[in-house]
Amino acid sequence: MSKMMYRDAVLSTIAEEMENDPSVVVLGEDVVGGMGTPGGPEAIGGIWSTSTGLFGKFGKDRVIDTPISESAIIGAAAGLALAGKRPIAELMFADFIGVSLDQIWNQIGKFRYMFGGKTRCPAVIRMAYGAGYNAAAQHSQSVHQILTGMPGLKVVMPSTPADVKGLLRTAIRDDDPVIFLEHKALYGVSGEVPDDPGFTIPFGHARLSRAGQDVTIVSSGLLLGFCEVVADKLAAEGIGCDVVDLRTTSPLDEETILDSVEVTGRLVVVDEAPPRCGLAADICALVAGKAFASLKAPPQAVTPPHTPIPFARELESAYLPSVDKIEAAVRKVLAWR
Amino acid sequence: MQLSREALLRAYRQMKVIREFEERLHVEIMTGEIAGFTHLYSGQEAVAVGVCEHLDNADKIISTHRGHGHCLAKGCDVNGMMKEIWGSREGLCKGKGGSMHIADIDQGMLGANGIVGAGAPIAVGAALSAKIDGQGKVAITFSGDGACNQGTTFEAMNLAVVTQAPCVFVFENNHYSEHTGVDYAVGTAQDIASRAEAFGMKVWRADGTDFFAVHETMREVLAHVRAGNGPAAVEFDTERFFGHFEGDPQRYRGEGELDRIRETRDCLKKFRASVTGAGLLGDAELDAVDAEVLGQIEAAVEAARAAERPTAEDVLADVYIAY
Repeated sequence: MSKMMYRDAVLSTIAEEMENDPSVVVLGEDVVGGMGTPGGPEAIGGIWSTSTGLFGKFGKDRVIDTPISESAIIGAAAGLALAGKRPIAELMFADFIGVSLDQIWNQIGKFRYMFGGKTRCPAVIRMAYGAGYNAAAQHSQSVHQILTGMPGLKVVMPSTPADVKGLLRTAIRDDDPVIFLEHKALYGVSGEVPDDPGFTIPFGHARLSRAGQDVTIVSSGLLLGFCEVVADKLAAEGIGCDVVDLRTTSPLDEETILDSVEVTGRLVVVDEAPPRCGLAADICALVAGKAFASLKAPPQAVTPPHTPIPFARELESAYLPSVDKIEAAVRKVLAWR
Repeated sequence: MQLSREALLRAYRQMKVIREFEERLHVEIMTGEIAGFTHLYSGQEAVAVGVCEHLDNADKIISTHRGHGHCLAKGCDVNGMMKEIWGSREGLCKGKGGSMHIADIDQGMLGANGIVGAGAPIAVGAALSAKIDGQGKVAITFSGDGACNQGTTFEAMNLAVVTQAPCVFVFENNHYSEHTGVDYAVGTAQDIASRAEAFGMKVWRADGTDFFAVHETMREVLAHVRAGNGPAAVEFDTERFFGHFEGDPQRYRGEGELDRIRETRDCLKKFRASVTGAGLLGDAELDAVDAEVLGQIEAAVEAARAAERPTAEDVLADVYIAY
């Protein structure tokens, strides 16, 4: 095991896969950085430091610094993938799916089905998502519910450096298109990561990060850590929480969620995306439909309100799910009668 | 450069296959047997064939909603396409794609595309792949005078220039983006090629109803791009013999316009006049091709009618490779 930051797990995994497979190609805005400037190539090295050094190592044909042209970035990834490469496209902010959505939704996500199953489109689209930096409405969003709703895409949301390593490796090697969502607030978080170059984590297999008999908490990404804080606090009171880290929202590991709720009878889903037509509502519906007899309380969703993300510190704090809000929801299902 | 008799006959045959494929669909669609939206390519055959005769399977093309001609010119199977348009599970895309989404990756055909302007960035990606491979292969995106107004096309042209991708932007100006005239929708006093030129690539222009003009122009364009000089663009002036979609009443056409373009701008008539006038091919051998192609299309329609229908279980197949 090695201790590394979430962002370094991203970078090292990309570098290793590029080393192992000459068909792996990186493209995006400022993935090299400094092109056409007095500072020269790699003056930046990617704003999240997730592509630093790749240009020097693998050259301009495989590390393609693009203009600010998100449709062209994702479209080029589509073309690279159809032509046999394994592109890893970076959208600097997940919010920028808005200017590239046709290529994600109508193109990459549909090729295989529309073309009768004869195509492979092994594109990975990485993007930094999530609130907490007062970056306001257009640079803070969690977009997984939009993308999870699109058949043909796989959607991955790692919560730890180890999961980044195992899931990103799987994503790059996967023959289907994968959306890989990296939470901005996790980039600087450190954790133990397996050194085994064969370490991968399969999609559709949730991780039980805390085990308990009384309530099931389902989450992913940054908020998973908030759920663990709540679980640890309640454990001291003798209340046991199953904390389920989804890891991937498409495919969704229904079995782990249902198995847990069948034991606990209580469900809290914690999600950073807006509530309407969202992941939390989807999982509550899943449990209501398939584990109704096990339920001892109505499932609860902890999400932001149905508003754009506000700027001011007080407003963003009020907007986001917090440890306190999660704890309150857990206590509510525990107290239900 | 003079084409061999064999190459001339092949080109004529390819154009004729597209023409008869489309003319037959125009008839069959009226019977209600074919579902969905269909956009016919009749009139523009010289462009698809004049371009694709220069390509092999390792060269990629991406097409548009008006894609039958590009598919056929790039080597997609006539029967497989007809079955696809009929919605059969024996179709090229198992009845999942239909007219607007026919693809055959093995032939380097990356798909017709229902979204106007979507193809250009994808072609740049395929061109970047060719650049990595270093074998002198290219990717070509067909766009119309409609797609030339999409931001994706602009982004793609700039990205291609920035990355020096071996990509060719073929603009087929048939004067109508859906039901709107090019003089209105392309808001420049200059032509579409000039836009591409402004992005920093070399451009060509030619009469898209003249197979020989298209073919000779593409020889120059492809020599330029295959030699590693980055992307290029070509604007072909051409004609659309049918409406935007089948069923389009075409009230936007001028009086006598359709008769006039069929009379004076028909690439097949022009080809025949040219090769017979020059004594390269005779009317009798061209007539023989015509008859053979008509038989081939008839057989394709009969095969499509008789082909196996998809079942409800097929709905679930082929969303993912593994899920």
